[in-house]
Amino acid sequence: MAVLRPFSMLPQLNSGVLLLVGSDEALQRQLAEAILQEKRDFNISIHLATSLPLPSERDHLRPSIDLVVFMIDIKSKYSLKNVETSLAYVDASFFLGKVCFLVTGVGRVNACSIEMNAVCKLGETYCSPVLFCELELEGVRAATAQRLVQMLRICTGHIPGVSALSFVSLMRKSDDN
Amino acid sequence: MDETVAEYIRRTVLKIPRDEIKVMLQKWGFLSEAQLQTLNFHQIKDNISQEVVQLCEENSADIKQAAVLDIIYNHIYQNKRMWSVYQMKKTGEELEYFDITDFKKKFKRRLRSALQNVTITFKEYEDNAIWIRVAWGTPYKKPNQYKPSYVVYHSQTPYVFISSSVLKSTLPLLCQALIVASNYHDIREMELRSHSLNSLKDIVFKRYSQNFQTCTPKPLEGGNVEPENADIRIVEENRSEKERIHRLNQEVFGSGPQPKLEFAQYRLETMFKSDPKMDVLDKKEPFRCLIKFSSPHLLESLKSLAPAGMADAPLSPLLTCIPHKARNYFKIREKKGLYPESFVSP
Repeated sequence: MAVLRPFSMLPQLNSGVLLLVGSDEALQRQLAEAILQEKRDFNISIHLATSLPLPSERDHLRPSIDLVVFMIDIKSKYSLKNVETSLAYVDASFFLGKVCFLVTGVGRVNACSIEMNAVCKLGETYCSPVLFCELELEGVRAATAQRLVQMLRICTGHIPGVSALSFVSLMRKSDDN
Repeated sequence: MDETVAEYIRRTVLKIPRDEIKVMLQKWGFLSEAQLQTLNFHQIKDNISQEVVQLCEENSADIKQAAVLDIIYNHIYQNKRMWSVYQMKKTGEELEYFDITDFKKKFKRRLRSALQNVTITFKEYEDNAIWIRVAWGTPYKKPNQYKPSYVVYHSQTPYVFISSSVLKSTLPLLCQALIVASNYHDIREMELRSHSLNSLKDIVFKRYSQNFQTCTPKPLEGGNVEPENADIRIVEENRSEKERIHRLNQEVFGSGPQPKLEFAQYRLETMFKSDPKMDVLDKKEPFRCLIKFSSPHLLESLKSLAPAGMADAPLSPLLTCIPHKARNYFKIREKKGLYPESFVSP
């Protein structure tokens, strides 16, 4: 099976490519639209996938991916399992700052069916930041979109002096406290 | 007028939403138009019900009329009751002309021969449905009007819809009277229950849009999966997979709206199989387990499981056979050896 690699293709000028992986397609699409509405100074293209590996018939069309966002719905165990199996198809060099976990459904803890601990551990094992949000709320969705755009900007190297790796180590510091 | 009748009419009127009282009384047709004119519907329901009772007193209503009002109410608010489908069987193939008066006569005679104290009321509706309301008493007690059974029977069909009384012992009596009156020989419960009477009818009369495995029309390639992707900046990686799911879903559920059911229940009576070395739970006793799926609209939610990415397509036939088999209560025994847990991943 094809493993996803960060530099499989030459990067394009002034653009960033985001890959959203998650089983809830409706939420995924809403988030993608929210991201595209954000103000920014570079082009974003968003790829939506339910799971990895990505279908190989499109490999030649796919640009190199700058940031992979794994979406986990706290209300669905299936979504966590889906992300866990998908992680096997990500090249190790992605985990130098080009992966983040997005946990949605935080607004409804009583309907929670996966343990917070499991999610935090996932972030720790894969050295990647975990973002918590509630994508069903429009305001939070927009704020999340903003954060992701900012992260994408770092990952594509549009911010001088900050690399994906340095950003992720900053995030880790605050985690350990 | 009898005290209990007055009280029963009053309580029935109180159940009706205030702005529907007038329409329902008109449907009832017991009070004249002139009498209805005198009613003031712009006051609290308690007062309206008192006035209605007073008018009924003038017309000297009896329990029969009160029962008709109750049928009208339950016909409109049929979703408040739980309905169960029964299927009747004939031994021979003889076709008979259905006579409604004969049916009523036989039904009444049969019930009365077993129990003197019953109130039996019929009302026919335009769609060939006969509504029957039976209030049950005991040999020494008057019928309890507040715990009646309702039966909906469509002549020329072997199906009966029963919303039975809380008095469980009355059900066999009711079934007996039904087969005698409609010239059948046997009746059995189909294990199909729902609040929505119309959906049950849709299922057993096969009125919902269903797809037959033999003649599935080929869906147009790439057609109507999702509203076409307007934004070229969003790329669907799993488009072909989505089309597959959509096609499978279409094959199983059809394209139309689904009948409304609220739950499906699976009772497992299978042996627990494990490694004989482990010696745990390796008993000869069945492994008892009950799995209940419930939702305000079960079939629609099953239909959207795979497209929402919450289960793999195609779904287990155990879940999708509900409308075809016309039942939502299942017992799973050993010889089939099916474990429904492995089919759905919630």
